[in-house]
Amino acid sequence: MFYSPVRTNAAQVAKDENLHLFRYVEDPDQCKVDTFVAHGGYEAWKKVLNGMSADEVIDVVKKSGLRGRGGAGFPTGMKWSFVPKDSTKPRYLCCNADESEPGTCKDRVLLERDPHSVIEGMAIAAYAIKCHLMFIYIRGEFAYAIERMKQARDEALAKGHLGKNIYSSGYDLDMVIYSGGGAYICGEETALLNSLEGHRGQPRIRPPFPAIEGLYASPTIVNNVESLASVPYIIKRGAQWYSSLGTEKSSGTKIFSLSGHVKQPGNYEVALGFNLKKLIYDPQYGGGILGDKKLKGVIPGGASTPFLTPEMIDIKLDYESLQEVGSMLGSGAVIVFHEETCIVWTILKLTHFFHHESCGKCTPCREGTAWLEQIIRRIENGQGRDGDIEKIEDICNNILGRTICPLGDAAVMPIQSSIKHWRDEWQYHIEHKKCMVETHFEFK
Amino acid sequence: MILNQTSIQKIKERAKEFPQKKSAILPALTIAYQQEGYVDEAIYRELAKIIDVPYVEIAEAATFYTMFPKKPRGKYLIQVCHNISCALLGADSLVEYLENKLKIKKGETTEDNLFTLITVECLGSCSTAPMMQINQDYYENLTPEKVNKIIEELKAKA
Ligand SMILES: Cc1cc2nc3c(=O)[nH]c(=O)nc-3n(C[C@H](O)[C@H](O)[C@H](O)COP(=O)(O)O)c2cc1C
Ligand code: SF4
Ligand code: FES
Repeated sequence: MFYSPVRTNAAQVAKDENLHLFRYVEDPDQCKVDTFVAHGGYEAWKKVLNGMSADEVIDVVKKSGLRGRGGAGFPTGMKWSFVPKDSTKPRYLCCNADESEPGTCKDRVLLERDPHSVIEGMAIAAYAIKCHLMFIYIRGEFAYAIERMKQARDEALAKGHLGKNIYSSGYDLDMVIYSGGGAYICGEETALLNSLEGHRGQPRIRPPFPAIEGLYASPTIVNNVESLASVPYIIKRGAQWYSSLGTEKSSGTKIFSLSGHVKQPGNYEVALGFNLKKLIYDPQYGGGILGDKKLKGVIPGGASTPFLTPEMIDIKLDYESLQEVGSMLGSGAVIVFHEETCIVWTILKLTHFFHHESCGKCTPCREGTAWLEQIIRRIENGQGRDGDIEKIEDICNNILGRTICPLGDAAVMPIQSSIKHWRDEWQYHIEHKKCMVETHFEFK
Repeated sequence: MILNQTSIQKIKERAKEFPQKKSAILPALTIAYQQEGYVDEAIYRELAKIIDVPYVEIAEAATFYTMFPKKPRGKYLIQVCHNISCALLGADSLVEYLENKLKIKKGETTEDNLFTLITVECLGSCSTAPMMQINQDYYENLTPEKVNKIIEELKAKA
């Protein structure tokens, strides 16, 4: 049962020479080092060790325009350059494989089906920041991904792609595989570092930023699985090639996890700037709405990003375009729901999640998400009261921007946007003590 | 001692991988859980000795994470994801189906101690919803027929 049944567009990717992340993910042998190498794997790593300086690597990645695929979209090369050059402390690289944002299921595919591509990306990033011990933090539930990654690491060590004096370059690099304990918050980078140090996974107050003082108080870079897996291609094919893909400010390709009420849910690699409507409706991708029902709304970037209404979906999937309409690209998790979905029910699902996952360190998030869930549950159960919407808005305003980490904001933004787009439906729910649209999803 | 020699040895090996010993706390808890199916104060105490860190550090970490329950559960732990992508495809009905099939409510364990049913947050399997995890295995794109078969097979195996 190693092979996740997640649908990918690997066949299409194979035909388009610019797409790369999913090129071999349907090949069951891709997880083996020999197959990986036969497909051009570890060539970029060799190229780096046989003649590029750390600064050159950073420079290429900067010029490529690669931005973090974990949610925040921070430029990857720039992040690496924040590691102090004169620090005498060891440096660490941590690959963030905590993937827990509802709707997001892309990293798991890479980890299970192309683990060496993640290792190769990690190795190049480690070299760029002069790190000799790198970590991958995988959520504990991903038992197969963890197992796969261990096999891949051991093979890479045995074949000399990791270890001492790699490719006779004099560079040493080792890798630790770490599994989490089941907590969404550990995906937040400073919580992840606390967890790695053996503590509760609670975020740290910044500054200092991890690049200055991260794991074991040493300079540390945390990057997402997909960001790192993109790096070998950038090294091999060049910054210019990469930045020519996508849009001007959002370069490269991205994996979108499509879920919810679509006919063909799955993971699709496309160039950034791809049209969202096409992703949902094109027979090559989502194939349209389940039961040919009417679309009601879309969450474009994971559970913490504001909603889009049907009029808004003829839009480019890139960082800027989504920001312009008040939403976010986030982790690239596109969640689609049709006309028979009650908005209060949807928000209750999301709010329950954030309340459950709040780490409890700061009051606005800990108390606020609890109150929000209570009030929203009351409305959903037909016991809403006059003034509840205003109360919800007030609590949201008191969380927004007042918390240690972005989880507080993440909890609030979908709620606010739902009230903006569907206020009448909230109102109806309170007045009539029931859903405007009956929501009951059978599984069949 | 609750932990057996194999587990203790595994924990000691793991601890060597880290620059600081506290980092071995979560791996140690995981190994203990894999052996016993729960991790309680008595085990925290043993772990504290094995990796040589204060007891409270272990207790503090262990109680934060969902994967280290203090009490044993059924032989098969059924975790149904009830987050948005799964819910849109009937996760709540899936829970009801399992409740009826196993004749327990969510959060409970069957009398024969075979199954425990709980709901969990997103398991990173959203485009193959609805889904559940039983012990380490993922079961995806579920239908009533599939679930029925899975449960019957596990019963027959037990
Ligand atoms: C609550 C919360 C959860 C997060 N979860 C993840 C996650 O599961 N995976 C991930 O890569 N980044 C996650 N992030 C973002 C990380 O903090 C961090 O920005 C990211 O790992 C950096 O990598 P990148 O620059 O390659 O995107 C999360 C952030 C927050 C606030
Ligand atoms: S915002 Fe929430 S999750 Fe983040 S530190 Fe505060 S309580 Fe913890
Ligand atoms: S929402 Fe169920 S696995 Fe992600």
